[in-house]
Amino acid sequence: MTLTRRTLLRASLGTACSVAAHPLANPVVWAATPGENRLVVIVLRGAMDGIGVVQPYGDRTFAQMRPTLASTGEDLADLDGFFGLHRDFHPLLPLWQAGELGFVQAVSTPYRAKRSHFDGQDFLENGGSSPEGTMTRSRDGWLNRALGLIPGATAKTAIAVGREHMILLDGKHKAGAWSPTNQLLLKDDERQLLSMIYAGDPLFAEALASAEGLSTLGPKAARRETSQSMASFAAEVLNGEGRIAAFSLTGWDTHRNQDRVFARIGKELVRAILTLKTDLAANWRHTTVLAVTEFGRTARENGSAGTDHGTGGAMVLAGGAIRGGKVLGRWPGLGEGQLYEDRDLMPTEDLRRYCAWALAGQFGLAGSDIEKTVFPGLEMGADPRILA
Amino acid sequence: MSLPHATIAPIRFGYGLAPGRLNPANAGDLFRELTAGAAGDHALGPDLPARIKMLRDAGKAKRANTDPALIDRLNKQNREQILTDIAGHLQRRAFGQGFFERMAAFWGDHFSVTGKSLNRVLFVPVFEAEAIRPHIMGNFADMLVAVSRHPVMLDYLDQRVSIGPNSRAGKRQGKGLNENLAREILELHTMGVGSSYTQTDVRELAELLTGYTYHGESGAFRFVENRAEPGAETVLGQTYGQGQPDPGEAEDALRDIARHPETLRHLARKLAVHFTSDTPDAGLVNHLEAAFREGQGHLPSVYAALLEHPASWESFGQKVKQPIDYLASILRATGWRPDAMAKGPRNQLRYALRIMNQPLWQAPGPDGWPEAGAEWITPQGLAARIEIASKTGQRLARNRDLDPPSFAREVMGDALAPATAFAIGGAEARWEGFALLFASAEFNRR
Repeated sequence: MTLTRRTLLRASLGTACSVAAHPLANPVVWAATPGENRLVVIVLRGAMDGIGVVQPYGDRTFAQMRPTLASTGEDLADLDGFFGLHRDFHPLLPLWQAGELGFVQAVSTPYRAKRSHFDGQDFLENGGSSPEGTMTRSRDGWLNRALGLIPGATAKTAIAVGREHMILLDGKHKAGAWSPTNQLLLKDDERQLLSMIYAGDPLFAEALASAEGLSTLGPKAARRETSQSMASFAAEVLNGEGRIAAFSLTGWDTHRNQDRVFARIGKELVRAILTLKTDLAANWRHTTVLAVTEFGRTARENGSAGTDHGTGGAMVLAGGAIRGGKVLGRWPGLGEGQLYEDRDLMPTEDLRRYCAWALAGQFGLAGSDIEKTVFPGLEMGADPRILA
Repeated sequence: MSLPHATIAPIRFGYGLAPGRLNPANAGDLFRELTAGAAGDHALGPDLPARIKMLRDAGKAKRANTDPALIDRLNKQNREQILTDIAGHLQRRAFGQGFFERMAAFWGDHFSVTGKSLNRVLFVPVFEAEAIRPHIMGNFADMLVAVSRHPVMLDYLDQRVSIGPNSRAGKRQGKGLNENLAREILELHTMGVGSSYTQTDVRELAELLTGYTYHGESGAFRFVENRAEPGAETVLGQTYGQGQPDPGEAEDALRDIARHPETLRHLARKLAVHFTSDTPDAGLVNHLEAAFREGQGHLPSVYAALLEHPASWESFGQKVKQPIDYLASILRATGWRPDAMAKGPRNQLRYALRIMNQPLWQAPGPDGWPEAGAEWITPQGLAARIEIASKTGQRLARNRDLDPPSFAREVMGDALAPATAFAIGGAEARWEGFALLFASAEFNRR
């Protein structure tokens, strides 16, 4: 066959059609998919100040410890007579009222060594049990290990959203990774030429076909990774074959002027959750969102209207599948002798316990498998009943 | 299809064919690159004490928190040092002694000392300059010893906090062993996972290594006797250290482990995988192993064995270039020199590595970067390469004298597939012709 531009393009048309039929590009649900339930894990990087978001205003010492950061008046929305929500998160109140938003206070991973973001985040995603923050030998992510236990899970079941590498979905079970900012910059006909020259190389051909499929999802030509573009992309994947999505929101390291920083990053978390709800539409009722952070921050505010690295923190639960409208966890108090090392909120529970119960409830994983494989060393204990 | 060695040599064992430059054409040329590289200057920028000081000054200013301008200036200076380091490193890969730099990358990855924090990134170039590069043309045992005594490794794998439980310091402070370095030496650096060492060997080696630490300000190696576990230790059946604690005991053990048959087998296989195929020819692995054994760990003999074996040349195209190598081969093909770049383009280099998921000196763990092509040519990984190929094409197209088809022939030689050549010729815009070349499977493979 003589090669001409026309024959090349015609030859590549076959590829173009199969791209359109790529499963991720279409919400085709195959028989082998692991049910209707969905899980979104958001990693809040930088250490979210849990008691700054969900403020224990009912604890008498709180206002003394936070002379400028404790919210008052309309800036604080009462949640349950003890905790109140910081103003930048008020757009989530309708979800709270609908039972689609909840919090867990005073939780942390087992990490206690150095309050290092890097170690703390790696460890949060790895899901290990060592107080020193040493990762498990496998150095993979707990969500990847969970993926391996989900019946019928395929390479398209889980996806890490964003360009930043996530340990959370790292490991031996195949998972996707894509950012809505990824661009296949070539024009259409050049892309077809590329498919054609990849035709003899399955590794490149399949990666391009998947990339083409993924690039049709989510907001078109997102210029930046925003909470909205990532959540919107995640929702589209979850409306198709995907059942698990993970992404990160950064900027929670509020050493200075915490309220000013909250005005910016609080909005990002709010937007992520609201975008998921809107875009998941009917699937929202099958969805659990867990927002977790590497550790909490100091109970007392510092000299620059901020807070420093701490230990106990909060996690955020959202979604139509959860039993919200509650602040869960065992509150340790902020008084004399109640803080961890006389500075941080005392963690009273393992954060992984809530992630474990969410996995058990959403995907039917056995507790024994979770304790053995997903979070080795964890005791799941009694069901905290976070799911509806 | 059988290709001439003049095409295979620079692409498979170096950073590609550079138009208008001298390219290695055969095994002899490649070996000369090794010799020339070994004779070169290994340092890259400031030395270890200077870098320790840079970080200490920034840390001190941050803690004092009195002079925000000073904090910003020092942080900026450190960030710029990293950019300079990245540019210097890529410069060497793209325009230096290609095969020597490939070996430097291989051994640097074999002994990964990486981390996510800024601090660690600043120290890796010093580690490579001091512990890796001087030994590339030497004996593996010397490299293993140099690495295991180097402060950056002692810090990375927690050796500096490992204290013999029965040593004076251990008894006084109630502290004990940290097995991290000992374990990785056996599992990653020498014998390999699944080989015949036991947990007892790990522990005994960890006890032998107690006392290894470094001076906080200069970074110089130090043996602290009162941290060293007293008494004899037995590793793999050999007993070391009957008398007074002595840093030579651990060194003797390391030299014995370096010679262990399972170590040689592990290294032979790893080299074959890195340079030829994710599933390498068994004959080649055996050949490399024999060269290791006969040369008693003398590395140049092993490199010669690699170059003389037919499987090294017949499996061309089976490896995918890792992102750093992909970027370096774009720089080499285009003649864009990182050492002559301003801050903006240097930031672009770093951005390119980040989106391809291989930020320099930040491997995910002590086991280094993944080898398999499928780990890199993922939808996201390929999209990043296509983006870089497109941006490269757009910039290269500003040179009106450059014609995509003839440029492609110069860069790929006989390895250019007819379909790719045709697609490049048929591209509507010149930049897209260049982009198709850099995105093509053959440019991404070696």
